[in-house]
Amino acid sequence: MKKLNRRSFLKGGLAGTAVIAGTAVSKNSSAAGNFGGYPDSMGVLVDFTRCVGCRSCEAACNKEQGLPAPDKPFDDLSVYDEIQHNGQKRRTSEKAYTVVNRYEIEGREKGPVFRKFQCNHCNEPACLTSCFVNAYTKTKEGAVIYDPTVCVGCRTCMVACPFYVPAYSYSSPINPVIKKCIMCYDTRLKFGRPPACVEACPQEVMTFGKRNDLIKLGNARIKNNPDKYIDHIYGEKEVGGTAWMYLSDVPFEELGFNTHIGEQPIISYVKEFLTIVPMVLTIWPALFTGFHLLSNRKEALKNEEKTGNK
Amino acid sequence: MNKLAQQGFKPIDSHTNGNGRTWTVKDKIFLGLSPGEYLSQQFKNPFNWILAVIYIVGVPIIIGRFIYGLGWVTHSSYDYPWGLFLGWGLFTMVPLSASGFMMGTTVELFGRDDFKPIERLGLLNGLLGYLFAVVFLQVDLGQPWRLIYPMFVSLGPAAVLFLVAWHVATYLSCQVAELVPAFAEWMGLPRAKKFVKSMVLGLTVAGIILSTLHQGALGGLFTYAPGKVHPLWYSSPFMWFHFLCSAVFAGLSMLIVVSTLCKWFMRWRCDQRFLESLDRLTLGISKGAALALATYLVIKIIAVAHDNDWQYIFTGWGQWYLLEISIGVILPLVLYTMALRNGSAGLARVSAFIAVAGIALNRLNTALITFNWDLYQEIPHWREVVIVITVYATYIVVYRAVLARMPILYSWKDKT
Ligand code: SF4
Ligand code: SF4
Ligand code: SF4
Repeated sequence: MKKLNRRSFLKGGLAGTAVIAGTAVSKNSSAAGNFGGYPDSMGVLVDFTRCVGCRSCEAACNKEQGLPAPDKPFDDLSVYDEIQHNGQKRRTSEKAYTVVNRYEIEGREKGPVFRKFQCNHCNEPACLTSCFVNAYTKTKEGAVIYDPTVCVGCRTCMVACPFYVPAYSYSSPINPVIKKCIMCYDTRLKFGRPPACVEACPQEVMTFGKRNDLIKLGNARIKNNPDKYIDHIYGEKEVGGTAWMYLSDVPFEELGFNTHIGEQPIISYVKEFLTIVPMVLTIWPALFTGFHLLSNRKEALKNEEKTGNK
Repeated sequence: MNKLAQQGFKPIDSHTNGNGRTWTVKDKIFLGLSPGEYLSQQFKNPFNWILAVIYIVGVPIIIGRFIYGLGWVTHSSYDYPWGLFLGWGLFTMVPLSASGFMMGTTVELFGRDDFKPIERLGLLNGLLGYLFAVVFLQVDLGQPWRLIYPMFVSLGPAAVLFLVAWHVATYLSCQVAELVPAFAEWMGLPRAKKFVKSMVLGLTVAGIILSTLHQGALGGLFTYAPGKVHPLWYSSPFMWFHFLCSAVFAGLSMLIVVSTLCKWFMRWRCDQRFLESLDRLTLGISKGAALALATYLVIKIIAVAHDNDWQYIFTGWGQWYLLEISIGVILPLVLYTMALRNGSAGLARVSAFIAVAGIALNRLNTALITFNWDLYQEIPHWREVVIVITVYATYIVVYRAVLARMPILYSWKDKT
């Protein structure tokens, strides 16, 4: 089947959203339409032009987060040839919060592009807004963390995340939980230190810093090397902006990025429904009790007529 | 049982038998037969043999699911977090159970007492459908023992699922209350009946509010996944309305389906009032279903126009979409209309069966088949299918057991 552009169908949703955005219901008081993120939010800028695919970041993450041993050692580069369902590349799993994938790009002199993938730590995370037990928190440092002690295991967050990030420990019968990158919050970010994967990278692919500064840095790199970079920082605006952002020298869609994802946070699409809730709650009782009274009155009239005719 | 009735067997329908002896609870449970007679009766029923086979295969697998985890019974996919348990058990069972609030509304609110003979069947269909939707949810949740967390432990009130959870829970209690009269008559507890009767209007209005919101909210859940659900099945402004509106004809059609099954297989338990009015009631319900179908068809088209999804119609997915609409919406609409014009209850029953299948297709399409249309198609694990069949069989068993005993299809002889 031919793949179609999703933009047109997103647009429809957006037009509707704009009207209602003002009355939105959301956990963040500032969550309406063009929410700009947290001023002190930290972030990471990932420059794919520098990555050589050594997988040091994967190893560092495994160690930092105390994850189980991988199926293949981290210096085994044959993982790049693995394909999963329907030709998909590797994805994050309950054993790996981050994976690096290789993309063969035709005509690129430097060879393939390597793309690191982990939770993007959205400014307005879909996982957070969809969770009915509030298991997710966006910290002021920008990390989206998760509390396994309240999670019911409904997996709505996995349905909602536009980047297919959260994984689930399906194999655990007693305590299955969501598994995803937490930006090393407990061990590092909280203390102002960069995440383990960032620090471990020998190529300085990733830059850790204030999100606002990273956007400036990204733009500067693009400006200084206009021939090299694609003129776009992926994650600056996508789904309301993400803490992790990306620079590339090949179009993002060729690296498996969803480029039709729109700039509205996912919660915008849900707002149409959330706004009808208070309306139904206030209007329905009066409306239907009214119907009941009316139907009773009709009957009373009928009865009156009958007795009158008698 | 039908045969037994032909031989002159009269099931219990009052507190005393003809000779003035009061039936005990045991008598009521065995329908006035001795336990031995009752069991041999059950053995003769071929349907029970099918059930036995289902349980022999299914029960160990359900136990296994709680020992080995979800990964053992599903394809434990990260891309398809929701499978058949929710696609069928929640997203299909709940609309098919919308009959509860609609019959309540028709009879109690609009004062259409002519629908009384089928009201309780509608309420029971609603109650059991929701109850088993929760059972399905319990099989699917990673940590089912935390079911009450969203209620009392850790609240995420801005999430759509929060609405679903709260509304389904409160509405379940509403429906239990609405069926208390039937239970009270059967057990001889007039005070309970009187108490509930005094709040029936409040319960009914609460039922409408809760149903509007949670039926809509099930659609609202998918608005979290723009781009994952195929655009033809996705529409952020209309999704909740699609789900609500289709629940109306789904619930009504399901009511026609179960009443037809009762007429065929449980004739012995139906009284004259029910049997004689059934054709007329079926047509009455069909009128509601046809109206809802017409409305649904119109808003489906409006949604495609609003989101400007026309280009998708000419793809393979588009043909699948057209198939769903023609078989699941247009065909039953046409048949219902013909049935109404000719006053043919038989034809109305045929369209009800089709409409029920159509709604199942729609919900499975949204939750499973077109979900991740850009990625790949997930085929459920065989163990998952077995569990779904087993739980659904239990639903039928409970349904049948209640119908056989409580005054749902017949009215209780003694005045309470
Ligand atoms: S990428 Fe997904 S999991 Fe990570 S914060 Fe965003 S929505 Fe949540
Ligand atoms: S799976 Fe857990 S974290 Fe995810 S939405 Fe459900 S309760 Fe929340
Ligand atoms: S930020 Fe920490 S948790 Fe996330 S991928 Fe890097 S090392 Fe792993």
